[in-house]
This record gives sequence, C-alpha cells and structure tokens, in this order.
Amino acid sequence: MANDYSANVPIYLQIINEIKLKIASGEWKTGQRILPVRELAMQFTVNPNTMQRALAELEREGLIYTERTTGKFVTSDDILVSNVRDMLAREYMQSFFSSMQKLGYNMGQTMKIIEDYVTKYKEGK
Amino acid sequence: MANLIEVKSLSKKYGSKLILDNISLSFERGAIIGLIGPNGCGKTTFIKILSGLIRDYNGDVKIDGHSPDEYTKSIISYLPEKTYLSDWMKIKDAVTFFADFYNDFDRNKAESMLEQFGLNPEQRIKSMSKGMQEKLQLALVMSRNAKVYLLDEPLGGLDPASRKAMLDIILNNYSENSLVLISTHIIYAVEKIFDRVVMIGDGKILINDSVDYLRETTGKSIEGLFEEVFRC
Repeated sequence: MANDYSANVPIYLQIINEIKLKIASGEWKTGQRILPVRELAMQFTVNPNTMQRALAELEREGLIYTERTTGKFVTSDDILVSNVRDMLAREYMQSFFSSMQKLGYNMGQTMKIIEDYVTKYKEGK
Repeated sequence: MANLIEVKSLSKKYGSKLILDNISLSFERGAIIGLIGPNGCGKTTFIKILSGLIRDYNGDVKIDGHSPDEYTKSIISYLPEKTYLSDWMKIKDAVTFFADFYNDFDRNKAESMLEQFGLNPEQRIKSMSKGMQEKLQLALVMSRNAKVYLLDEPLGGLDPASRKAMLDIILNNYSENSLVLISTHIIYAVEKIFDRVVMIGDGKILINDSVDYLRETTGKSIEGLFEEVFRC
C-alpha cells in the first residue's frame, strides 16, 4: 500500500485518488463489498474521520454506495468505472506532457519520442 | 454532547517564567489530536495539568465535566515522557501490575500488542533497550479502555517499523467515545492520523485546525508549516 502522501495535498483527496485507481484498475471489483471504515483507515494508516470523508465524497460521485445493513460496496455501473479509468488516463497523460514541456520538448518532439518508444516496445525491447 | 475536555484561560508559571499563557481549548470525543511545538514550548506542562500531576495553575480545566481529580485520573490513560516501570520486573509483571491497578485494563489487548511489538513477556525490563521500554509502556497505556489517552512524546525512541506499529495500535484502538491527545515534535510520520493539530509556541496557541484544512489553505504539510512558523 502506498502510504506516502504528498506533503501539500489534503489527505482525503489523495485517498480518493488512490481508491479511484483501485476501482479503475479492477483491484476493487465492481459490486464488491469494501472493508469497514475503521479497517480501511488502518490499511491506509489515516485517521478514520479522514477515511470517512473520502468515502463520503466517493459515494457522492456514485463510485461507492451503502447498503443500509450490510455495508459499503463498489458501484456495479461499468460505464461509471470506465469513465473514471478514462479520466485517470487523461490525468496521467496531462502530467506526462507537462513534464515533457518543462524539459523543453515541444508537442512534435514529444510525439516523436512516443513513437520511438512504441516501436521499440513492439519489437520487444 | 459536551466536549470531553474544556480548558479556559489556562496559565502556568514556573517562578517568573510564563509557560502557558492564557490558553483556551476544547477537545471533542472521537478525535485524534496532535499537540505540536518546539522543545520547551509547554506541551508537557499542559499534559501534566490535564493528567492531574500539576495542581497549581490559573484558569479552568474540565475533563468530562470534572476538574482534575480522582475521577478524571480514572478515565485518563497517561503516557509520560519518561519511563517509570521498575527495572526488576519482567514484562509480564508489569502487565499484572497494570491489571491490578486499573479496572479498565484489558489484558488480552495488552498481550496482543506485546506480540505486535515483538516483546516477550518473560523478558526483564532491566535488559531492555530504551526503545523497547517505550514500546512496552505504550502497549500498557493503550490497553486501558480509557476515555482520554494522553501520550507525551510516544514516538521519541521508536524506530520506523515500531512507529508504524504504534500508529496501527492507536488507529486500531480508535473509538468514537474517546479522545487521543499526542504531543510530538516528530510530525511527518504521524500527521496523517490526526484530525486536528494544536500548535503551541511560547506558551500560546498559534494554530488549531484540521490537518486537511491546513493543507488546503496553506498548500503545506503540517511539518512544512511547523518549519515555517518556528524557523530558527
């Protein structure tokens, strides 16, 4: 478990992102029941109230829902999950391009590097 | 529900030196609170007043509605800065000592924590390192089913693995009805388990806010904020 939270971002936002990644990657399967708040808080080594806040936000976004008596579950809505996956992918790409820009690569140069990388990858190197 | 701890206009002097300067604070149930500040800022004095060890102060201190007295001592589990266990004891003697002394002591909890910390009940306290003694004492203090846990510098002598074990123990022990107050100057490792931090400097409260609110508004970690406030 990655518990190295960045210094300056609110912890609950970082937990939200981490859980989104778990859902998008299928580590947490759709419709699966999740651990109780307390146990999740221990797993992430964060304050239970912080974990509660993160889950409430995920619930507001529809990614998690509560069954009154049985606990919290990951959404069964595959479209929603695939949207989250797309959103994360766009974020990664954005952060990649902005890093390249900081390095001084323009869009064309960056595309060239990507193409080279893909070619080599296909050749199995 | 009323706050578990209410402190109003608390001041404390040692001779002519003002250690706590007109402090007002309240702590709610179900919270884990970090009391942070540089060495000599009054953290230990504040905790000793709450625990009932220092009786001579100005202002009003109420714990579960009582000024520090026999009742408040019975609901507070206090981890002092220095270890106080007699070194002729074995770990198991210390456990029995606590079990005899405190009605709210949970022996099963103690045994499972000792195991988690890798402490052998047959070991003599004399033969233990400072860090091991600190772990033992923390395990004993956290094994009480208290309403208030006052932990004065519980992280000082712990290695990173034990620090993680200690955080796990505090989180595992979390209850909506109790309050955990942790004084520390090691902030980085623990700030993510705090609801709120109270920063004390020169006997005054400089900051009293939730960790995420502070991160959101300052764009800094609590440790970063600490460094900024107390830049030497």
